[in-house]
Amino acid sequence: MTADLALIWPELILTIGGLITLMLGTFLGDRQVGLYQLSALLTLAAAAAAVVALFGVEASVFSDTLAVDAFGGFAKLLIYAASVMCILIAPRFFGGTMRAEYPVLILFAALGMGVMASSRDLMTLYVGLELNSLAAYVLASFMRHDDRSSEAGLKYFVLGALASGMLLYGISLLYGFTGTTAFDGIAAAMGAELNIGLIFGIVFVLAGLGFKISAVPFHMWTPDVYEGAPIPVTTFFASAPKVAAMALMTRVVIDAMGPAVGAWQQIVIFLALASIIVGAVGAIGQKNIKRLLAYSSINNVGFMLIGLAAGTQAGVEAILTYLLVYVVTTIGAFLVVLRLRDAAGNQIESIPALAGLSQRRPGPAAAMAVFLFSLAGIPPLFGFWPKYLVFEAAVNANLVPLAVAGIVASVIGAFYYIAIIKTMYFDDKSETEIPATGGAIVEDAVITASALWLSVIGYLFIPVLAVVSANAAAVLF
Amino acid sequence: MSGFPILSLMLAVPTIAAIACLFAGDRTARFIALGATLATFVLGCILWANFDIGGAQWQFTERADLFGRFSWALGIDGMALMLIMLSVFLMPLCILASWDAIKERVGLYMAMFLVMETIMIGVFMAQDLLLFYIFFEAGLIPMYFIIGIWGGANRKYAAFKFFLYTLLGSVLMLIAMIAMIMEAGTTDIPTLLNYDFPPEMQTWLWLAFFASLAVKMPMWPVHTWLPDAHVQAPTAGSMILAGVLLKLGAYGFLRFMMPMFPDASAQLMWLVFGLSMVAVVYTSLVALVQSDMKKLIAYSSVAHMAIVTAGLFAFNQQGIEGALIIMLSHGVVSAALFFCVGVIYDRLHTREIDRYGGLAVNMPAYALFFMLFTMASIGLPGTSGFVGEFLSLLGIYEASSVVAFVCTTGIILGAAYMLYLYRRVVFGELTKDDVKAMPDLNPREWAVMAPLAAVALWMGVYPESFLAPMRGDVTTVVARLAPTKPAGDARLAIGKPAPAKAQGETAHGAGHAGGVQ
Repeated sequence: MTADLALIWPELILTIGGLITLMLGTFLGDRQVGLYQLSALLTLAAAAAAVVALFGVEASVFSDTLAVDAFGGFAKLLIYAASVMCILIAPRFFGGTMRAEYPVLILFAALGMGVMASSRDLMTLYVGLELNSLAAYVLASFMRHDDRSSEAGLKYFVLGALASGMLLYGISLLYGFTGTTAFDGIAAAMGAELNIGLIFGIVFVLAGLGFKISAVPFHMWTPDVYEGAPIPVTTFFASAPKVAAMALMTRVVIDAMGPAVGAWQQIVIFLALASIIVGAVGAIGQKNIKRLLAYSSINNVGFMLIGLAAGTQAGVEAILTYLLVYVVTTIGAFLVVLRLRDAAGNQIESIPALAGLSQRRPGPAAAMAVFLFSLAGIPPLFGFWPKYLVFEAAVNANLVPLAVAGIVASVIGAFYYIAIIKTMYFDDKSETEIPATGGAIVEDAVITASALWLSVIGYLFIPVLAVVSANAAAVLF
Repeated sequence: MSGFPILSLMLAVPTIAAIACLFAGDRTARFIALGATLATFVLGCILWANFDIGGAQWQFTERADLFGRFSWALGIDGMALMLIMLSVFLMPLCILASWDAIKERVGLYMAMFLVMETIMIGVFMAQDLLLFYIFFEAGLIPMYFIIGIWGGANRKYAAFKFFLYTLLGSVLMLIAMIAMIMEAGTTDIPTLLNYDFPPEMQTWLWLAFFASLAVKMPMWPVHTWLPDAHVQAPTAGSMILAGVLLKLGAYGFLRFMMPMFPDASAQLMWLVFGLSMVAVVYTSLVALVQSDMKKLIAYSSVAHMAIVTAGLFAFNQQGIEGALIIMLSHGVVSAALFFCVGVIYDRLHTREIDRYGGLAVNMPAYALFFMLFTMASIGLPGTSGFVGEFLSLLGIYEASSVVAFVCTTGIILGAAYMLYLYRRVVFGELTKDDVKAMPDLNPREWAVMAPLAAVALWMGVYPESFLAPMRGDVTTVVARLAPTKPAGDARLAIGKPAPAKAQGETAHGAGHAGGVQ
């Protein structure tokens, strides 16, 4: 037991750090925002250091309910990095309305996500998922005086609760027909015999997880929540929880359902293709950039699921690479959105208002173009590489028709990405003034760095990425 | 020169200049772009001078395993060399052609052209399948901006159509490439060239490549993006599109489809021939009725490219060499013709043929150059067009006399639409006042026209300069195709040459008959 505690340092640090920050907030009030921010950032940095220190350790702790391994470590580092960004960009956005709860909620959400990515048991899976979700519901409605934000929070909560219900039902079926909640035990039972109860369990669990990664047809909440939530929170939703949920889904599918390939593979293939197509078609005609990026995230999840459908180590490696590149791109794109304010200081979210942006603000426009071309997977931008890996995994797993369908559908996706670029570069200047504002050094630095990385420079990192993702993926096989 | 990474340097020069242009003022950007493209051209000349004809197939090879799964592998053979020369030769002329015509966002424009240059020569240099694909696809981005920002009235539609059309084709090729890499276990192009894929797999791979390359070519019926893109693109954009980008498709046929999938190429030869025959006749007829000059030249490009595909699939030395010469010749001539249109467009701001007439009177120098390029496009002996068309038709005739017959009608129709265009624009009465006011070529325009004219004549008078570096590579491809090559209907037999009676003893005819077999 005590030995196990030494292996969950990242989680312990996040718990203690989160509680300290909460206490500080309770006693010092909302004025000391900088202090809470600092405390949260230090906590995340310490947790990340703990994850790095635990690299190379492979263990299963607390009676096989939680894994400490490279796969979880990879996901956690990505989650913590995204959380750091979302805390850093918050004060400039919220201004006077920034509250102590924001970093605290992010910390607890990060804790929950870490547990999701490492769970080896249906119960820890559920605890982690709910810890993350409850924090996320509050974050979505963080601007409580704003109607859209409250609506987003409520919608997210109701649909999230429904998803949790389905997941729990699936879990209960799996438990009932296998007699265990441990992934190993479920895998053993599935390998032995696959009955109708287990299949129902698989369907419900995948449906519940499908909500969390916003795969079609469980994606309805995504555009509304992304649009309503404050931009830093949307940035958070689009990055860290996607990593956690995707890692969780991968672990459940490969670890727990691995032997029942026939049962889950067709579901995953359906989710993948539906997400790619609906994500692409739904984005056409969107006038709000946040809604559009929501559809883009649905679309990208579809590509990741192609890697999962392959069900091979190469597929999982592709998912991990995809997650990293996707998180960098998405955070970059949202940061650009965050940096665009009109003369009165209001955020610009409408796409028509971006018309002629390249002439007013060439820097952000160029960065956005890089992010969008990268999301579309057009070489030489680095967004091409994870898409290539995903399709390679699918072809190697003899899923050529899936790869062909996916890649053809990616052309539909390219349409709306280049449509925004058209708005920014080809159209005449819009009425809206978008004055340049200084002072956001962190944001600008991150935008520049990620845009540069996603241009050709990223290719130089492929050897490193290949080793890291191969180590992480090997754990599951 | 061995060991010096001249190919990487050629890629680096325009790239660095492109970044510099982004941050430079309008005037500086123009000079940076001109300087960089000229420097690259000089490097290209050094490359050509040091290319060892008849030496190793792949020369100037560089290899760095930078990317783990694939590598920075560059190298050229004779075909690649000639196409690189074409690209670096046209680039400075494109910059000059847009010297005054582009007034807005000059830095970005020049940067896009320089990036385009890097990408184009990168495509021809790549020795790694994935590197090739990255360069091949990357060309979409700068061209999208060039058409969309500096194009004509309907530029946005044309830019979208260009981007999505070519992307849809290309992605299928990517899946085929993945399957090839998986089957052969390497991304190295020289190795893949000698790898024998199973015949049934070849058919699928061939079709996937065809989907991509036929769009790039463009072949009928997937050519419809081209007239839109050409008409809307700025002059220099059309020059580079017609001059080099259309050659990517044919290069892909020759580099990948034919040597890598010889069985499928032979099996699906009829498809290429069929589409080429339709394209030659149909697009020539379409060109005949155009009222827009750029659209007319765009359709003529489709017809010329159809002779290229037919020549390539003749599977013999003459056909392929002829196709390559047409590619080079068309690169120079169509770029020149688009520039000819650009010259008068800059003065009158219309591409309507009817708005002109009688230019021979007030623009004699222009009329002379336009005449030369018109003749080269038709294929008058002495110009570059003749060599290519003659050789490729000779090759096609050996494979199929029917195809040769249909393709030859294209030459006749080509003469019809080009001469008809020339008559309406240059001859006739000089009646319109605004046309009368148009000045003749200025020195900058001379500087663009003269090199193009010189090369068109050089290629027509002494094509051996261009054929010599490529001959060995063509022989390699022909040898690779030989086992599967279907028998042609020409059934050529070596004759028994006898000395002509009058000449008596001076028999030297034996050498003449060996050319075709």
